[in-house]
Amino acid sequence: MNPTLTAAERVAIARHPQRPNITDYIDTLFTDFFECKGDRLCKEDPAILGGVALYHGRPVTVIGTRKGKTLEENLACNFGMPGPEGYRKALRLMKQAEKFRRPIFTFIDTSGAYPGLEAEERGQGEAIARNLLEMSRLTVPVIAVITGEGNSGGALALAVADRVLMLENAVYAILSPEGFASILWKDAARSAEACELMQMTAPDLMRLGVIDGIIPEPDGGAHTAPQAALRKVDRTLRRQLASLSRESGSALAAARYQKFRKMGAQAPKETP
Amino acid sequence: MNSIFAKRRARLLAMKAMRDNYIPGDKLVSCSHCGQESERKAVAGNLSVCPKCGYHFPIGAYYRLSTILDPGSFRELNGKLPAGDPLAFPGYREKLAAAQRKTGLTEAAVTATGTIGGRKCVVGVLDSRFLMGSMSAAVGEKITLAIEYATKNKLPLILFAASGGARMQEGILSLMQMAKTSAALARFSDKGLLYISVLTDPTTGGVTASFASLGDIILAEPGALIGFAGPRVIRQTIGQELPEGFQRAEFQLEHGFVDAVVPRAQMRDTLERLLRLHGKGGPA
Repeated sequence: MNPTLTAAERVAIARHPQRPNITDYIDTLFTDFFECKGDRLCKEDPAILGGVALYHGRPVTVIGTRKGKTLEENLACNFGMPGPEGYRKALRLMKQAEKFRRPIFTFIDTSGAYPGLEAEERGQGEAIARNLLEMSRLTVPVIAVITGEGNSGGALALAVADRVLMLENAVYAILSPEGFASILWKDAARSAEACELMQMTAPDLMRLGVIDGIIPEPDGGAHTAPQAALRKVDRTLRRQLASLSRESGSALAAARYQKFRKMGAQAPKETP
Repeated sequence: MNSIFAKRRARLLAMKAMRDNYIPGDKLVSCSHCGQESERKAVAGNLSVCPKCGYHFPIGAYYRLSTILDPGSFRELNGKLPAGDPLAFPGYREKLAAAQRKTGLTEAAVTATGTIGGRKCVVGVLDSRFLMGSMSAAVGEKITLAIEYATKNKLPLILFAASGGARMQEGILSLMQMAKTSAALARFSDKGLLYISVLTDPTTGGVTASFASLGDIILAEPGALIGFAGPRVIRQTIGQELPEGFQRAEFQLEHGFVDAVVPRAQMRDTLERLLRLHGKGGPA
């Protein structure tokens, strides 16, 4: 682990165009992936990729936000910003995983849910809310990995998990540092300053009790040695899945509830 | 004995409500919607709804409670739960203190038990005058405690949402309140209990994307702005003007996200009716 990087430097690594994306994770860590499309209500959202695959021989459900490495790829998946259809597809696949007793892996790299006209018309807020509610009571193991940027409810909607893991240089926040600076100071150019205040890096979030583990990256970031980086992810996922697989479905749901229930519950001592 | 305490509670709520329904200005108030002037007393006496155009002014939490609960039934839950500064964010404590002075509240949420038409329920209200009703850890905690209280005591739950979204100064802990409140509602719902969500102006961001959207019944006040992303962000993203009435309560009704748009004057009766419809009832 490299403890010397600033938060802004980590944001830059997290956004590196060559950083491993959901397709790399699926190709490297899983076999026999079968993509499932569509929310069965309205449409298919390519900003979320999901399906069934084998993980070390065991059937699992894999879901993640999709970012491309080229402009063309990114245009095709709306730069990884899902609409309500994407979240509803994800929920459909999670409920399906529960039916077939498959563990769920989610991989998250998104600048947030898409703030568009049609996304609003079709209930972006409702779709995210529903995922939060339903994920909290799933009775199969759920492991979420923040691989790049995890921003806003758009990231959380895939991250109500038994284990929330972050790559060393990933960031997880209420919104982008640019958005944060523009809301708080009406000045998006102060984003570097925002990065430091927001406590969005993996070590920050570990300290705050929001995540459960950090997966180290090669020096310079996962894109400098993707195979080595993914091997580390694999080792961590395997270990976590093995430990969660020993629990009953109801015990998993109960422990997941308690984990999120505690966040922000420690009432601060003094009223300012 | 009981009636003495009930009277005291009624007086207390009435006092707090009066403060909450105070509309600044001399004799005349101009409506921020239609621009017409009305007498201050006429607006205040009309549930803070513009007598000329029906615009619903934002109202304070205690006043809201006084308009729907049976007199004397109000009992605040976790009224002393303090505001916090979990990230030690520069300048935030001063901001909180200023909001507390301005509103007389400790945080942006007030939760209580009370009766409506004699039926006991748990009611939570977000107050948009307190840092835009934004979701802090304390707000999330208060709402979650109210949900858990309702779950434990098998009571119906009514939450009035009004929020600009996340509390920026609490960062990721604000985000986590979305998961926390939604998870608490899953457990509440599993017990077969009724949750009525009422969306008021504005309901946006993380509150929309969590408890506000999860009601068995979802009501909205006329003209309330309801959405996930705010209009300014959407305008910037798509680079064009938004259609008239976009994200308003009536728009959400048309698009299938609310059951009914209910004017403030009819809110109490509507809630009473819904509680009755979900009650045990007599023989068929």
